[in-house]
Amino acid sequence: MDSIIPQLLTGLAGASSLFLVASGLTIIFGVTRIVNFSHGSLMMLGAYIGWSILTRLPRDPEWFVLGIIATVLATALIGVLLEMVVLRRVYRAPELFQLLATFGVVLILQDVTLWIWGPVELPLPRSRWLRGFVEIAGNRFPFYDLILIFVGPVVLGLLWLVMNRTRWGTLVRAATLDREMVAALGVDQRLLFTSVFALGAGLAGLGGVLSLPNSSANLHIDLSVITDAFVVVVVGGLGSLPGAFVASLLIGILQAFGIVLVPKITLVLVFLVMAVVLVFRPNGLMGRPQAEAREATVAAPVVRAAPRELRILGGIALLLAVAAPFFVGDYYLTVLTDACVAIVFAASLHFMMGPGGMASFGHAAWFGIGAYGAGLLAQWLGAPMPIGLLAAPISAGIVAALFGWFVVRLSGVYLSMLTLAFAQIVWAISFQWVEVTGGDNGLLGLWPPEWARDPSVYYWMALILSVAVALLLRRALYAPYGYALRAARDSVTRAQSIGLDVARLRMVALIIAGAACGLSGALFAYAKGGVFPTYISIPHSVEALLMVLLGGLQTMTGPIIGALVYTGLADILMRSTDLWRLVLGTVIVLLVVAFPEGIAGAARRLWLRGREA
Amino acid sequence: MSVLVVQGLSKSFGGVQAVGDVSFAVAPGEMLALIGPNGAGKTTCFNMVGGQLRPDAGSVMLDGKPITGLGPRAIARHGVGRTFQITATFGSMTVRENVQMALLSHRQQIWQFWRPVAGRYVDEADALLARVGLEAQANRATGVLAYGDLKRLELAIALGNEPRLLLMDEPTAGMAPAERVGLMKLTRRLATERGVAVLFTEHDMDVVFDVSDRILVLNRGVLIAEGNGAAIRANPAVREIYLGTGATSGGH
Ligand SMILES: Nc1ncnc2c1ncn2[C@@H]1O[C@H](COP(=O)(O)OP(=O)(O)OP(=O)(O)O)[C@@H](O)[C@H]1O
Ligand SMILES: [Mg+2]
Repeated sequence: MDSIIPQLLTGLAGASSLFLVASGLTIIFGVTRIVNFSHGSLMMLGAYIGWSILTRLPRDPEWFVLGIIATVLATALIGVLLEMVVLRRVYRAPELFQLLATFGVVLILQDVTLWIWGPVELPLPRSRWLRGFVEIAGNRFPFYDLILIFVGPVVLGLLWLVMNRTRWGTLVRAATLDREMVAALGVDQRLLFTSVFALGAGLAGLGGVLSLPNSSANLHIDLSVITDAFVVVVVGGLGSLPGAFVASLLIGILQAFGIVLVPKITLVLVFLVMAVVLVFRPNGLMGRPQAEAREATVAAPVVRAAPRELRILGGIALLLAVAAPFFVGDYYLTVLTDACVAIVFAASLHFMMGPGGMASFGHAAWFGIGAYGAGLLAQWLGAPMPIGLLAAPISAGIVAALFGWFVVRLSGVYLSMLTLAFAQIVWAISFQWVEVTGGDNGLLGLWPPEWARDPSVYYWMALILSVAVALLLRRALYAPYGYALRAARDSVTRAQSIGLDVARLRMVALIIAGAACGLSGALFAYAKGGVFPTYISIPHSVEALLMVLLGGLQTMTGPIIGALVYTGLADILMRSTDLWRLVLGTVIVLLVVAFPEGIAGAARRLWLRGREA
Repeated sequence: MSVLVVQGLSKSFGGVQAVGDVSFAVAPGEMLALIGPNGAGKTTCFNMVGGQLRPDAGSVMLDGKPITGLGPRAIARHGVGRTFQITATFGSMTVRENVQMALLSHRQQIWQFWRPVAGRYVDEADALLARVGLEAQANRATGVLAYGDLKRLELAIALGNEPRLLLMDEPTAGMAPAERVGLMKLTRRLATERGVAVLFTEHDMDVVFDVSDRILVLNRGVLIAEGNGAAIRANPAVREIYLGTGATSGGH
């Protein structure tokens, strides 16, 4: 009983930190409609910059406050730069490409941070007043946590004042409700967007520097924070500040008690809360339905079968691929095997995302479930590889069916965020349930049987499977089912009024995509000899997105080209430079700016130029 | 017996009544026009019959079976075809493929994963497209069609369902006057030949008087007049609304 109050206070402190990050994210989304993946990176920069400033200042409280202000200003400035250099150029690109660009920024900032501050985590030496305790209801409670508890409501109050008492705030609220209208009123959108970004980034910086006394500046902040912030923003309702506040309280307290009561499944608990909220309120606690009209006006290009020239090209590529073991060395054979895995990984995501219209930020979940399915079966029952390769798509498909039950009702960004959160849960389980999954060490000793141990043989097997899966998926997409799926994406209204069951079509797409992806996971696991939690990490999910978006959503060959280009690019980069994230991130940003419809999409447009009426 | 019987249909949005206590019936082969000024509640009526909106009160019967509150999919399966005020078509498909989808769905062949769509029901689809005058555009991308042609395509899609009842919300918006008459005459023939009941709205009064069997006038969600063309023309309340709001034939 007596642990309730301290736990509650801890929860409130956590809620404040969450709110600082989530509020910036939600304001930025509200005005610019950009889901800013790099928001966690801004918080990370806040922590590092704060560390650099605070460690150079005297340790008295007034200097501490001054240091915080300086940090907030510095992060806000970085936000301004980010907006002017990158985001301003992608406002017109489709939502997902914007997301991709902001993930490119995540990669860039990772390497920049690493380069400036080094790999070691940097704790802030705490002066005495920061280490103080306060007696509350017979418990000693950290003084600093009390400060944090107050910061949340104070910031909410200040934001409320800014939003409701200034002309700028009125503009921000108007833009959140109806962006087109504000543009029509002749408001300088550039200035508005830039200043909103500055505010959001400043809030993230504040969250970062305030987190220092209780933890440290480290390189994991960005991705761990962004997941929590997404959850809060989604539960609260995208674009809603009060919603973000209520959701932070909910999640913060839940986490504080969860850690004590059910330490292993805290993340699962958070996910469940999010799922329950979204089932009953598909737009979050205080969100409004997203206006979708804008997207509907941009007609997707007609999907037509690939031209003959492309088929011939594909045939030649396939022949080369089959003959590859005769003229490439072992190293390139593993790269080619990885490419086969990547093709299935990307094609399965494309299936649900392109024709299905459901963008998944957590596709690696199915990859991991397939891999663990095969791995556990091998470990417990000694199942041979063929059984494992069969069990992988089945297990991933079953989980996808369960997950799909409530996901297919959601739309757009909410669905994407839920997939991300779900992947984080699967990751947490694989990481924390050490008795079953081996935790960080993974499941080892998952080797192919004697007959497939030769790299060439394994490669051929992977090639056959990946080509078969890609062809099957393609077949389904040109069959009535695939057309119906695409119909439901093009116009839900029209699809329903010709009698199509939109929810069921999507559900089956999710199962098919999950199952296919599960197979790629098992293929990968047998090639590497084990299954590890990193299979399910966010960066891995983003890799799938990258491949699909690089290749382009609107063509069936897109994901394959994207998978090949990405695998090749990543291989070259990782071997040639330590700063591969920086280079990859820059390439992503440049590609998004240059080809918003993907490589295959751009090629298709050039090809069709002058050929189609 | 009437194909469609609507009784006491009502709907409010946030306390504001959009449709209040509307009742009417449509017989097979009959063309019933639902007219009224902007915001009168016509689209709301269509949406409650078509299942896009759930009525607050009232009942909808199709061929004597209650369909009140069913979803749009179930209602489509009961044989209701519909066109929308803001056209809804499949933008990533060709004109012909749009119609093929309707045909495949009507014949319950959606859940097939192997045989390609290309080549299925092409003749039927082309026949439907020819009926609405789109045969020359069958292979074009839907996204490049003129607005009037999209409306025609919607009609062809709706016919793919072999409907007993057609709901047409401003089917001729975006067309030239001559085209309007042509399309509505075509609809008239469909109604007469196949016994399809048609409920439609239309801002062009000449077209309304020309093709409809009966006219309902809606104002602020309430039915204020019902009758044939001559009766409606002579109705003082109707004249008041139309002259009062300045909305006359030909606009939009
Ligand atoms: N989804 C909605 N939410 C709130 N109000 C709505 C909604 N749909 C319609 N309304 C309101 O209900 C009333 C009737 O609208 P409706 O679209 O049915 O009119 P209409 O007769 O079709 O007009 P028009 O000729 O312009 O198409 C209008 O006042 C409209 O603003
Ligand atoms: Mg209307």
